[in-house]
Amino acid sequence: MILPQFLILAAALFSLGVYGLLVRRNAVMVLLAVELMLAAVNINLVAFEAALRTSQAVGQVFAIFVITVAAAEVGIGLAIVLMIFRNRQSANVDEFDLMKW
Amino acid sequence: MFETGWGLSLIVFLPLVGGLVALAIPKDNEALLKRWSLLVALVTFLLSLWAVASFDFGAAHTFQFEADLPWIPAIGAGYHIGVDGISLPLLVLSTLVVLLAIVYSWEHWEEPRNPKAFLILILILATGMNGTFVALDLVLFFIFFEVVLLPMYFMIGIWGDKKVMRIPGFAREIETRLYAAIKFFLFTLFGSAFMLLGFLALYFASGDVLGERTFDIPTLIAAGLETAPGGLTATAAWLIFGAMFLGFAVKVPMWPLHTWLPDAHTAAPTVGSVLLAAILLKLGSYGFIRIALPILPEQAQVWAPAIAVLAVIGIIYGSLACLAQTDMKRLIAFSSVGHMGFVMLGIATLTDIGLNASIIGMVAHGLITGLLFFLAGSMSHRYHTREMARLGGNLKLMPVIGGILAFTAMASLGLPGLAGFWGEFMALLGAYNPLPGLDLGLFRTAMVLGAIGTVLTAGYMLYMLQKVNLGEPSEEWSGHTFHDADRYELAAWVPLIVLIVVIGFWPKLVFGATTDAVVSLVDTAWGGASETAAAIVTTLGG
Amino acid sequence: MWYLTAEEEAHAAEALSSGGFFAEWAGVMLVLPFVAFLLIVFFGKRMRRHGAEFAIGALAVNLVWSSVLFFQNAVEGIHREVSWVVGEIGVFGGDRLVFELGWVVDGLSIMMFWLVSFVGLLVFVYAVGYMHGDVRVTAFFAAFSLFAGAMLVLVGAPNLVQLIIGWEGVGLASYLLIGHYWEDLDNVRAANKAFLVNKVADVGLILGAVVLGFTLGTFRFSELSVAAFDHSPELAGVAVAAGLLLFFGAMGKSAQFPLHIWLPDAMAGPTPVSALMHAATMVTAGVYLMGRAFPLFEYLASDTRGLMVAIGAITLFAAGLLALVQDDIKKVLAYSTVSQLGYMMTAVAAGGYTAGLFHLFTHAFFKALLFLGAGAVIHAVHSNNMSDMGGLRHYMPRTHWTFVVGSLSLAGIFPLAGFWSKDEILATLGYEGYTTVMWIGIAGAFVTAFYMARAVALTFWGSYKGHGHPHEAPAVMTVPLIGLAIPSIFAGFLNVPGVELGPIRNFTAWLGARVVPMGDHHAESVDWALAAVGLAAALTGLVLGWLVFSPDADTQRARDRFRIPVLYPLLEAKYFLDHIAWAIVNATKGPLARLVDWTNSYVIDGVVNAAGFLSAALARFVYGGLDQRGIDLAYNGLSQMADAAGMAARRLQTGRVQQYAAGFVVGALVLVLMIAVFR
Repeated sequence: MILPQFLILAAALFSLGVYGLLVRRNAVMVLLAVELMLAAVNINLVAFEAALRTSQAVGQVFAIFVITVAAAEVGIGLAIVLMIFRNRQSANVDEFDLMKW
Repeated sequence: MFETGWGLSLIVFLPLVGGLVALAIPKDNEALLKRWSLLVALVTFLLSLWAVASFDFGAAHTFQFEADLPWIPAIGAGYHIGVDGISLPLLVLSTLVVLLAIVYSWEHWEEPRNPKAFLILILILATGMNGTFVALDLVLFFIFFEVVLLPMYFMIGIWGDKKVMRIPGFAREIETRLYAAIKFFLFTLFGSAFMLLGFLALYFASGDVLGERTFDIPTLIAAGLETAPGGLTATAAWLIFGAMFLGFAVKVPMWPLHTWLPDAHTAAPTVGSVLLAAILLKLGSYGFIRIALPILPEQAQVWAPAIAVLAVIGIIYGSLACLAQTDMKRLIAFSSVGHMGFVMLGIATLTDIGLNASIIGMVAHGLITGLLFFLAGSMSHRYHTREMARLGGNLKLMPVIGGILAFTAMASLGLPGLAGFWGEFMALLGAYNPLPGLDLGLFRTAMVLGAIGTVLTAGYMLYMLQKVNLGEPSEEWSGHTFHDADRYELAAWVPLIVLIVVIGFWPKLVFGATTDAVVSLVDTAWGGASETAAAIVTTLGG
Repeated sequence: MWYLTAEEEAHAAEALSSGGFFAEWAGVMLVLPFVAFLLIVFFGKRMRRHGAEFAIGALAVNLVWSSVLFFQNAVEGIHREVSWVVGEIGVFGGDRLVFELGWVVDGLSIMMFWLVSFVGLLVFVYAVGYMHGDVRVTAFFAAFSLFAGAMLVLVGAPNLVQLIIGWEGVGLASYLLIGHYWEDLDNVRAANKAFLVNKVADVGLILGAVVLGFTLGTFRFSELSVAAFDHSPELAGVAVAAGLLLFFGAMGKSAQFPLHIWLPDAMAGPTPVSALMHAATMVTAGVYLMGRAFPLFEYLASDTRGLMVAIGAITLFAAGLLALVQDDIKKVLAYSTVSQLGYMMTAVAAGGYTAGLFHLFTHAFFKALLFLGAGAVIHAVHSNNMSDMGGLRHYMPRTHWTFVVGSLSLAGIFPLAGFWSKDEILATLGYEGYTTVMWIGIAGAFVTAFYMARAVALTFWGSYKGHGHPHEAPAVMTVPLIGLAIPSIFAGFLNVPGVELGPIRNFTAWLGARVVPMGDHHAESVDWALAAVGLAAALTGLVLGWLVFSPDADTQRARDRFRIPVLYPLLEAKYFLDHIAWAIVNATKGPLARLVDWTNSYVIDGVVNAAGFLSAALARFVYGGLDQRGIDLAYNGLSQMADAAGMAARRLQTGRVQQYAAGFVVGALVLVLMIAVFR
């Protein structure tokens, strides 16, 4: 079993995601970064399942959950971005402070 | 449906639910709002008729269609509702008048209009009134009794008379509707505070007698709080009755707690006055019959002379005050003081005849005075004044409204053959021979004074007719053409007129329901005294 | 409780028939006028005669129906009671207090049924002519039908409660019809006066009903009669009080002194109303009530007689004098009616059941006749005042002759109807020992003849002093005059003492068909000496009146000659009774009502408002002094601190998603570090 390798891959992917999340200006790219982080988590889940061999395949189940949630999240996120773009002609997250009090 | 106990709850809460649903209807969609409220009121009324149809008149003295669910078990308050022969006529009266009020409202909105809010208030009011008449638990009764306050407060305060008035004896000026609304609210609240105290005292006393505290009215009646070992001392019972007396007497209203009434009635919008006169006043007298008398029968005997005296003062005083009025609506309002005086005189006799008199008096007063307020509202709607000095010749300008006004005035002065007669006649009949042990001289004096009151009643009603209806129209109006009664007005009035005549010639319509319940009430409360009386009569009769 | 057992039924003087179909369903007569009323209200305006058809139709059916009953009763005597329970309530001891509506068909009520139907029908027909072209013919006939119905409900009442319903029902109709021309507030005041005076008296009636109803446990007259006949001790205890209360009620409707003041004013109504209601039928309701409750007075409450006879006697004489000074022809007749009602009441009160009611019977004919004649005259000259009349016999011969017949009958001239009935009253008074009152009655007969001679002389003789050209009334009006003149002449023969008219017997026998014997005295033969005295008084009155108001003399001078000092002004002022009544009304409506209103606004409400203002002042102190500057300061300080903290914290919220995310990541890293370090 080559668990550490999988974990390293996942950590790398996750760090990439975090980096993208924090520094990219384009909202679409930010969303993609979030997807990267989720993918990293999925890798972790499947890897641990393979290593621990639980009788109920918990890791896979969670991975599928995460994929589902990610799909929904992207759907809603893209819709929000689209609406913002239509109203502001921009997808630059720096320019949005709508959530300010 | 009624046997399962659900029907009554439906009658009580359907208007409230209907009102909540109406909240969701856009304000602009008046047609839908009106139709919806009408539907709700109509269904409620039909349900109450269904209740009458399924009511077992052979057992009118028992509570029927009961629902008794635990509600706040921690304090022994239950959701206990039911009707007997005493509350049934009043329940039907309540649902009917609400229905007619909505029909009348169809085309008659007072400023600032807002039908949505107005209709929702009426529906909430309906829940409060229906609930009070079926509640068999003191807490429940109190809550419904108070629920009524708010809608009426807003009705008067928002849609009321916008004239600025000077408070008599003080330099302050205030809008009539505000003064009246606040006065109404505070007066009633003042009374209910004492009433609640009384209820709480009963609650604690029930613990001493039954071992378990309860707010349940039938249980409290059966407990015999005054006589059972460990029960109330005479002083405590006296105070408790006094507290409840204050609460109910304000609502009736009895002299000298009546002064909120002329103001509230005069300031209220037409429908508000109608509901106030037709139903709200009955909550007080109903409270006496349902709660105060049967739970504390011995104190009732102690208090009865005082009630009779105040009632008679109310009769004479109210009638005299009517003669001094210049405002038509205020005159009608004061007439309520007199008429409710007869109702209270009936109650004070503590006899079968007197209690039946008071119930039919309540029903008749609801029909007649309700109709009078409808008429006064319609007329001031057309003349834009209620000053009798400026009116006159109404019969010529509006023959139909004038004719109905004359009819109603006749009914109000107790013309035999119309509904108002029975309440007055039987109250006098009851006062001739009150419950044995009560002061015969005092009650017979009350009877004579009450009978003289009927003359005064006739006096002010004829005076009003002369001022408003008869004679030539004054120059102010002679050129005008007026719309006579429209179809919504007629639709709201004709049922009342028909009922006034029908009950006038066939009082059994009411007595059929009430008599057994009243007999059972009187027997339970003062059975011993009645038996003595029967024995005396038998001895005399040979 | 009293019920009619078979044994008690046997109290009746003779076996009475139950009357068969017509008695069983006599209620139809009570209902028909109400049906007519509704038809007139809803369809009257569309009819050719404005609804009079319905009114007349209903009364025509009633006349036929009651005539059948009348004949049946004349032959065999009827007693039948039908009652429908309309309300019952339980009272102590398992008894029930029952309210019933129904009809009693016996000698007394049949006489009244027939009388109301007969006179009513004639007056209705007359009114078609009289009211032709009036502003409110439909309303008139509606109210008239209402009256007929209420009157029949009254006279057919088997119990006191129904009697009260009819009683106030006719009062209502009277109010409506007196105020028929309500555009003029004077008429409205007259109507109000009538209603209120009657309402005052009704207090007595209602309280009497309360006392009797409570004592007997029933309101039925039959049970009252039986109880009285059996001298029930229970009833005896209250008999005098109840009797006086009932009599007080009767005083109002039957216009007994001093409650008669409404009747002359009631002449404000159209003349047919005066004829039917305020002369022939409605005002006799009080006498009828005394007759209906007669056993109570006869067997138990005879102590009340003195007072009642005295009031009747005062009424008959005082009102007769008032009739002497009136110029309005209707008021002459009105006071005459009051006076005649005094005769009836005196008779019934003295124990002359048959005598009083017989006078009621004959009086209905000739007084209705006189009023209708006066109406025809008023119709012709457009004035009520006799000073605008005179010489009308040339223009209106038929009205003249029927009026004269009525006057002679009223004056009690042999052998017209009035002679026989008045003679019977005098005889009864003599027999019962009221000799003084008998002489007052004879004096009253003199006064009656005098004022009638005056009225006839001023109206029909001498020369015409009015405007325009009077003309004879149309046939629709003169036929009823003739129809009433006939019984005014002959009705007296129905009750000549000691005479029976074959199978139909006589009036005494008809009226005797009651549940218990009435126990009044019936003379075996005519007391010709007394009759002669009465007749002499009447003739003297006629002659004197004729001399004073001789058609040839200058009427004005005659009037001057007639002005007796003291008495005349007293009569003109109507004994100042109206002043007293107005003083009472004004005191009630004025100072007393204003005092109460003032008390209400300033005393009771003053307390309420003062309490309100005091609370408000207290509230201002508590709010301004204690609350705002004391307690609230502390709370405000607290809240300001919270506010400042919030202001500081809100800077953190930039709205930049990535800054939040950065915080998030940093937080996560810190957590990881902490776990790594501290575990």
